[in-house]
Formats: sequence, structure tokens, C-alpha cells
Amino acid sequence: MNELVFFINNVVIAGSVAGSIYAIGAVGVTLIFSIMRFAHFAHGDMMTFGAFMVLLLTTLFPGAGNAIGVPTPLIMLPLAMALTALLAVGIDRAFYKPLRAHGVKPIVMVIASLGVTLMLQGLIRLFAGTGGESLYVDDRKEIFRLTVPLEGVRVPVVITEPQLYLFALTLISVVALHFFLSRSRLGKAMRAMSDNPPLAQASGINTNTIVAVTWVLAGGLAAIAGTLLSLDVTFKPDLSFFLLLPIFAAAIVGGVGHPYGAIAGGFVVGFAETLAVFNWGILLRPFRDSLPEWLAQAGNLAFVGTEYKIVVPFFILVAILVWRPTGLFKGKVI
Amino acid sequence: MSAIIDVRHVNKAFGGLRVINDCSLQVEEGAITGLIGPNGAGKSTLFNIMAGALPLDSGEIRFDGEDITNRPADQLFHRGLLRTFQIAHEFSNLTALENLMMVPPRQAGESLFATWLKPGQVRREEDEVRRRALEVIDFIGLHHVRNELAGNLSGGQKKLLELGRTMMTDAKVVLLDEIAAGVNRTLLGDLIGNIERLNREMGYTFLVIEHDMEMIARLCDPVIVLAQGSVMVEGSIAEIQNNPEVIEAYFGSPAA
Repeated sequence: MNELVFFINNVVIAGSVAGSIYAIGAVGVTLIFSIMRFAHFAHGDMMTFGAFMVLLLTTLFPGAGNAIGVPTPLIMLPLAMALTALLAVGIDRAFYKPLRAHGVKPIVMVIASLGVTLMLQGLIRLFAGTGGESLYVDDRKEIFRLTVPLEGVRVPVVITEPQLYLFALTLISVVALHFFLSRSRLGKAMRAMSDNPPLAQASGINTNTIVAVTWVLAGGLAAIAGTLLSLDVTFKPDLSFFLLLPIFAAAIVGGVGHPYGAIAGGFVVGFAETLAVFNWGILLRPFRDSLPEWLAQAGNLAFVGTEYKIVVPFFILVAILVWRPTGLFKGKVI
Repeated sequence: MSAIIDVRHVNKAFGGLRVINDCSLQVEEGAITGLIGPNGAGKSTLFNIMAGALPLDSGEIRFDGEDITNRPADQLFHRGLLRTFQIAHEFSNLTALENLMMVPPRQAGESLFATWLKPGQVRREEDEVRRRALEVIDFIGLHHVRNELAGNLSGGQKKLLELGRTMMTDAKVVLLDEIAAGVNRTLLGDLIGNIERLNREMGYTFLVIEHDMEMIARLCDPVIVLAQGSVMVEGSIAEIQNNPEVIEAYFGSPAA
């Protein structure tokens, strides 16, 4: 049983954590793609920016959370989401909008977003330094160790406070996004514009408003993902940048432009990563006596070493695209 | 009658190619005006400029007494200037009914806050829009396919849907870009009937680009002939058909 708990800690929980973060990130990437038809590479750094805003606000008002009994970073999250949304809209106005007005090809937009990535990352480094910082400035990170009430089980199921918040916020974001896209007129207008921009405009939909709304959504979601990731580990200026590739893999696996696909893709990539680096030998340990010798002797039965974790999303990406070229869900438009 | 659309000395070039060449024309309020001309005469370009889909190089366009030069399409829509597309556009993964329901402008649900703060009002408006969309879909005879995805409709049905779109709001002027192209004869009769009814009963002004001379003859008076980016002649269909200049523009000069 200890082995099973170990599996829960290292695969079920770790996979859900990675999956949630990839999912929220991929939804943002996919929304931007469906409306503006370009791959937004600066998304990772919008996530970092959101987390940085939380760090800044928490450092300024470290005691704010104690009054309500919630960690301060979480109180600051809505404010950071608003600021990140503002940044996203500002970046669009300053860099992407003029390019769109010139009618440039999508690849130019992609390269521009790569420029924005480097710029944002430089700015964050300038103010936050290059080292890691804990977002828990004046709070303590709760770690829950749940002992399994079974005989002989010594290893507890470990789950941290930020992980619980992550799961809760992921669920809330996904449900809220679903209702927004399917029920509200603005959400429907977004779907219309992703389907047929000239017709949307000829139907009286203000495409500038829709673009701004898309950036607000993407910015807000990026702040959630960045902050919760930084709460779970620590804040680093390049943290989200390294998430960028798996997030793109998740968006593509799910079907580009398809928000529900992005969520599914996020979890597929997250679990694929953790399953691939998990040492399966541990699960075989209880049956050691009945196994052939060559298998029982094997020390590490992980598919790939932890250092090759980044390979996994791309293997999954290629495999899924071969099997289903438009992604898990039929991609392209919302 | 007065001119509801007034195009004044409009020029437009794509690279070195001058497509619209000092073009001036008026569309009378309440009329169904035809716009014809050989391929490459600049009809669609002029349409796109009038509908706000293309910027013009120089000149002025007035709509209902107001300067609308280079206004974006969505603003023109809210002023009552609507257009259909030469190649039928539709929201392919919404149903035919939902396509129509996308159209009506200026509703509470369009504001981000109203969606969350005034759900009752948004729902009432939504019901009202649905009622109107159902009326329109009956009118254009697509009731039986109202719950099909618009992407799966036939080319002719998509054209009818285009016309239906213009009926979801109180339009003043509708620009029809080759609405008859690719539509079979029976359906075409319906289309022409619907356009006449909208003109008579709801006071729509139409500007119609068409290659189908039969349809022009049945529907349009006056007819404007565009050639090489500017107006060549304007008059009734009978005058146009007997004009030697027009015949030359369409069939080439007899000497050549």
C-alpha cells in the first residue's frame, strides 16, 4: 500500500497540478489563436508577470490576508489578474494592433510576440532579480499530510495548500469560461469572430472590443496560472517561460482554438509527463518475489529520466497529431 | 426622393492598378438600384469601400447625410447600412437560427457587466431576438433547416440566410453582392420576391450587384453601369440595354 500512496503523491497529485497549470495556460493561448490567428509566445511571461504582481502586492501589504484568514497572495490575485489583463491589452495596443492594421502575416505576429517575451522577461528580472522568491511573504505554506487509515501504511498522502487552491480555481475558471462562451452575447460574439471575422464585423460586432475582451480573459487566466504555480514552488523570472512549450503542446494536442480541447490537452500533457518519469519499479516492489529475476533486479523502471521530462509533451504531441491531425477535439475555432 | 448614399469622387488603387477611378454615384432612398458592369469594373471593390471593409484612397462617401468615409463595418451596421457577401459567409458552427440571432445590435448582453449583473434583462432580450429570428427564418423559407449547422447548408440556402441576416435589424440600405449567383431558378424567384417585399413593406433601399440580367430587369430601376472604375451610364434597364457604349463595354467594340 505504501507504494500506491507513493504513486498517488507522485503521479495523481503531481499530474493534476501540472495538468491544471498547463490547462489554464493553454486555454489562454488557444483563445488568442482563435480570435487573432497567431501563436502568442509571450504567454508564459504574462503568467510570470501575474505572479510578479502578486509578489509585489504581497510584499507591500504582507498582513492583508491575516484579517480574513486567507493567505495574502490569494487576496492579491484578483488585483494581479486585473493588472495582467491591463498589461495584455496594453501590449496589444502597443505592439500587435499596429501590425494587424498593416495586415501582416501571422508569422510576423509570432516573431513580435517572441520580442515581447524577451522584453517582459528582461523587465521582470530588472525589478524582481534573477533568484527565486517565495510568494509566502508573511504566511506559512500549509502542507497537509493525510495518513491513510490502513494497516502497514506509513507514507502519508501529501497535498499542499496552494495545490488545493489550484484545483479549486481551475475548476471555477473552467466553469466560468464555459458559461461565458456559451451563454453571454459577448462570448457568442467571440465565437462568431473566431468563425468568420468579416461576417462578424458586417453583423455589427465591434471586432476591437472582442480583441480587447480576449486579452482581458487571456491575461486574467495567465495571472491565475502563474501565481498558483509560483505558490506551489517559488517565484522565478524564468519559471513560466519553461512552461511555454508544454503549454503550446497542450493547446495543439487539444485542437488549436478549442478551449475545451486545451483543458483536455493540458491534463493529457501533465499526466503524460508525470507518468513517464515515474519509477514503475516501485509499484512492482510488492510482487518482487514472484517476478522473473531480470525484472525484479531492475532499479529504475521510469520510461525516461526526469531530465528528459520536456521531451514527453512533444512525443505525445506528435503521436496525437499523427493519429488525429486536428487535435483531440476538432480544432480551429471556438 | 433624395440620395441616401452619395459617393463622391472616390479613388482606390491596389498597387499600380487603379480599380476605382474618380467614381461618383447616388443611390435614391426607397429604390432598388442595380449596379452592373463587366468583370473587373470595380463593382465589388466599390461595395467593399461603401461597406467599410476596405479603406479608400481619396474621395468621400455620405450615408443619410452623414460622412461615413472609412468607418468600420460594425459602425455602419449600427447606422443601418448592411451588406451581404458575394461568396456567402456564415458562422459555420452555429445553427441557421443562431446565425440570425448573432445579428441584432445594441443589446444589454453585449456589455460584459450586464451578462453577470442583469441576467433577467439579457434573457428577455434573448427571447425577443429568438422570436424575431424565427419569423425571419419562416420568411426566407428555411424553417425546416433552422437547427442545422449553417456550414452544412447548400450554397443557395446560405444566400437566403445572408438576406435573412439583413432582416434581423432595422436596415435602411442593404448592399446585395451577387445574391443570385449559384442559386437555382425556383429559389431565385423566392429571393426576388423577398427583396421586393422588403422594399415595399419595410422600406429597405437596395443596391444590387448582379450579373444575372433577367434579375436586374425584373428588380432594378434605375441601373448604374460601372466600367473601368467609374460610372459609364445610368438609366432604366431599357435605356441601358440599348446603349451602344454599354454594349461595347460588355462585348468589345465591333471594329476590334
